[in-house]
Amino acid sequence: MNSASKSNTSSSIISAMFRNQIFIPLAALLILAVFNLIMDPSFFKVTLGHNSNGDPILSGNIISIIDCGSELAILAIGMTLVTAASRGQDISVGAAIAIGGSVVLRVLCGTNSRPDEIQAPIIVAFLVCCLVTMACGAFNGILVSIFKIQPMVATLILFTAGRSIAAWINNNELPEVRDATFSYFGGLIPGIPIPTPFFIAIACFILIFLVLKFTTLGLYVQSVGINEQTSRLNGLNPAFIKFITYVILGLCVAVASLIKVSRLGSINYSVIAKDIEMDAILAVALGGNALGGGKFNISASILGAYVIQFLTTTLYKFQVQSDALPAYKAVVVIALVVLSAPIVREKIASLFKKFRPQGAELKS
Amino acid sequence: MSQKYLTADKSRRSLLGSLSDTNLLMSITIIVFFAMYLFAVFALGSGFQKAQTFFNILNANAALIILSCGMTLVMITGGIDISVGGMAALVSMCSAVYLDMHSGSVIGAMLISLGIGLAFGLVQGYLIAYLDIQPFIVTLAGMFFARGMTTIVNTKPFNVQNEAFVKLKETRIIIPGLGSYNKRGEYIDAYIEIGVIVALIVVAALFVFLKWTKTGRNFYAVGGNKQSALMLGINVKRTTFLAYLMCGILGGIGGFVYFMHVGSGSATHAAGAEMNAIASSIIGGTMLTGGVGNIIGTLFGVLSLALIQNIVSSIGLDQAWWTGITNASMLCIFLIVQSVIIARRKKANLSSSRPAEVKGAKK
Repeated sequence: MNSASKSNTSSSIISAMFRNQIFIPLAALLILAVFNLIMDPSFFKVTLGHNSNGDPILSGNIISIIDCGSELAILAIGMTLVTAASRGQDISVGAAIAIGGSVVLRVLCGTNSRPDEIQAPIIVAFLVCCLVTMACGAFNGILVSIFKIQPMVATLILFTAGRSIAAWINNNELPEVRDATFSYFGGLIPGIPIPTPFFIAIACFILIFLVLKFTTLGLYVQSVGINEQTSRLNGLNPAFIKFITYVILGLCVAVASLIKVSRLGSINYSVIAKDIEMDAILAVALGGNALGGGKFNISASILGAYVIQFLTTTLYKFQVQSDALPAYKAVVVIALVVLSAPIVREKIASLFKKFRPQGAELKS
Repeated sequence: MSQKYLTADKSRRSLLGSLSDTNLLMSITIIVFFAMYLFAVFALGSGFQKAQTFFNILNANAALIILSCGMTLVMITGGIDISVGGMAALVSMCSAVYLDMHSGSVIGAMLISLGIGLAFGLVQGYLIAYLDIQPFIVTLAGMFFARGMTTIVNTKPFNVQNEAFVKLKETRIIIPGLGSYNKRGEYIDAYIEIGVIVALIVVAALFVFLKWTKTGRNFYAVGGNKQSALMLGINVKRTTFLAYLMCGILGGIGGFVYFMHVGSGSATHAAGAEMNAIASSIIGGTMLTGGVGNIIGTLFGVLSLALIQNIVSSIGLDQAWWTGITNASMLCIFLIVQSVIIARRKKANLSSSRPAEVKGAKK
């Protein structure tokens, strides 16, 4: 009896740990870190050097992860909200980033495609970009909330048209901005050795945490995701809440597209943010959020986003071609969704139950 | 649920004669197609008056017709499969590599194509039907897997030189009496490729399958309402599985037909084909919510989509981005039409359940 109750308490601690959402991305991070440590400890080396301007710069795989994972983490915020409220994902974020980036460059360049000086303040370009990407989000939101089209199909429209629209905004030219201040957003601010995108990402997290803490947005989103009918009967407006999550995702897209464009100072319509929608959905899934909507945990999604970047960097390190990356990630996604499927979980749980009494008997 | 359909039927009969939703959507598509074609013939002239223009649309879209048929099957059961484009790319790359680098036979390449399609269908079908995972997630992963694998199989695009294959690729079936004279006054026969024949056979077979076989009717029942289908004694899981399996096999066939048309392997092949397939199915009257759909409609959906692209490019808007924008706006319009029809049906149900308001609804 005693041993049985003991195993019960220990198993309840373990199951509590398993139940905590943040456990999944943390475990994945740990597995990846240990894997890299065994394969090649130098993976974690961070060196302080100087770039061509003489500014201090930290380099190493870890720095590149927190640098490149930032756009993904920002997108993961919006994607988590969209997933929780509308029980589906927005697959047009990559295309929307192309549109946003195109708008930023268009405003900065004015009529000339390669100006010597930028034609408008960066803040104006960013605000216009925010408006446009929020309009994209609103378009998706209207299709989903008012016309009640499945989110993934509704966003398929922008997914197809987005890159074409982005090319059309700039007349298919490849504008180039060579402005030092503009490159700060995707690169380094002189004197600070850590890449700026990381700080932008942190600012976004703080903002969303404040919003979730001091407004009822999080609660409403969850209740709409869990049961739309009930929340409507309780006086919420599910259509509006779904709509607002898409607009918030649009805002996240604007920030991500500013960073993306700033990294290059230019844009390639068919390549920019390619397959990022897959990564963003993966980040949400890896964060332990149900892809079918309902409860969500934003910090788990954010951690999930950095884990994915960790995975990407690891794969690159093993000389996997960038075009072949999706195949490996797809395997990870399938493994994740299979493990999180309720039917599989039940089966695993019943397997555990079968084995546990035998184990207890052996111990006694 | 059955009662719901009955009442919906009644109110519809009073509104639009005896047209059901699927027939209504399909007839809209067919009318739009012929209207566009007539417009093209009279307004744009020369090119569209030749029968060969129409046959060229068929030749270029034979693979898309097959892929869209698979998509329609899956959509009738209430699911979706966005891996078909990736599958087509993977199939053409694998066949190309097999034919050229391992000097294989054409039959072998066909078997490989079918095998790839079958494998995708089995895995995706199992995950979706038996493990109850969202179809979009599974097939999105399938699409990325297929695209990634295509690059892993071979990075660089190349043309296939295999003699037997080139012979097959260039086989043309001449249609008598519809040829035209070129500028020098020489008579040129109108022709179609083998792929078109395959596509038409697939369309005919699936039309019969969906209309007159028990399994085919089960597809509609499962898509309409899973719960009541289960109560009617239909094996819902097996039916769903079968839909994805068939879609996978059609993906393999469609991939090979695509390969026969382009004759090369490349990782960028069939880019956006899944999108066009979904759009064609929707335009052809298949409802995203499941339970409503028609193969003939899908055929016309593909043709309308191809025709509008031809018209747009012959008007002079031939920059690459117009294709994406036209496709997306067409899809958008048809999605909204569908959504309005669904809403109207719900309203009709509501009003017929309250007899006092029926008269108001009839206006």
